[in-house]
Amino acid sequence: MTLDVLYFAWLRERIGAPRERVETNAATVGALVAELAARDDRHAAALSDLSAVRVAVDQDLADWDTPLAGAREIAFFPPMTGG
Amino acid sequence: MRVLVQPQPFDAGALLDGFGAGAGAVVTFTGLVRGDGGLVALDIEHYPGMTERALAAHAQAAADRFGLDDVLVVHRHGHLPVGEPIMMVATAARHRRAAFDAADFLMDWLKSRAPFWKREIGPDGPRGWVEAKADDEAALDRW
Repeated sequence: MTLDVLYFAWLRERIGAPRERVETNAATVGALVAELAARDDRHAAALSDLSAVRVAVDQDLADWDTPLAGAREIAFFPPMTGG
Repeated sequence: MRVLVQPQPFDAGALLDGFGAGAGAVVTFTGLVRGDGGLVALDIEHYPGMTERALAAHAQAAADRFGLDDVLVVHRHGHLPVGEPIMMVATAARHRRAAFDAADFLMDWLKSRAPFWKREIGPDGPRGWVEAKADDEAALDRW
């Protein structure tokens, strides 16, 4: 499947792009993270400490074991600081 | 119910004109950019699409939970100099307790669950991204 993968705040800066198209067979968010981290040093650095990373699947907050079946848009970002 | 996500300043007076008509209590909270440690501005990034969806869902949750007559959430993004309003929530209910509690609930949620990220801008340019606070995360447990 083809996913739009989005990055925000310091994840965007470390990856060096706000979004990318990813072709993957990953079954879960966690499996996708492992694939992305293996791509290059930038991805590996950005995704090295997952305690500082949050994820949304199709714009809903999700977990590392959230399934990707049917998903189109995955976003990675730091803990949110609104308000 | 009204949710606004926008870069430009908002006119609180205009937004509140007629808000909660018929209710017994209206509570508003406005957050401003604080000038701590020589800060001159905040740059606020957000997740277009998810932000509007998440704010609307949570405003509706607050309305259901506290029996609100009306609810308003406005949150800015982009470059915001010290002293400028960042966001405002307004809640209208029959009685003050529900209006206060709903505003408090919305603020606790916005702090750590709304997809915004703040970067500090000092006199010499961008500093780091603001880190999430454990206190803000813990505040959600109250609800």
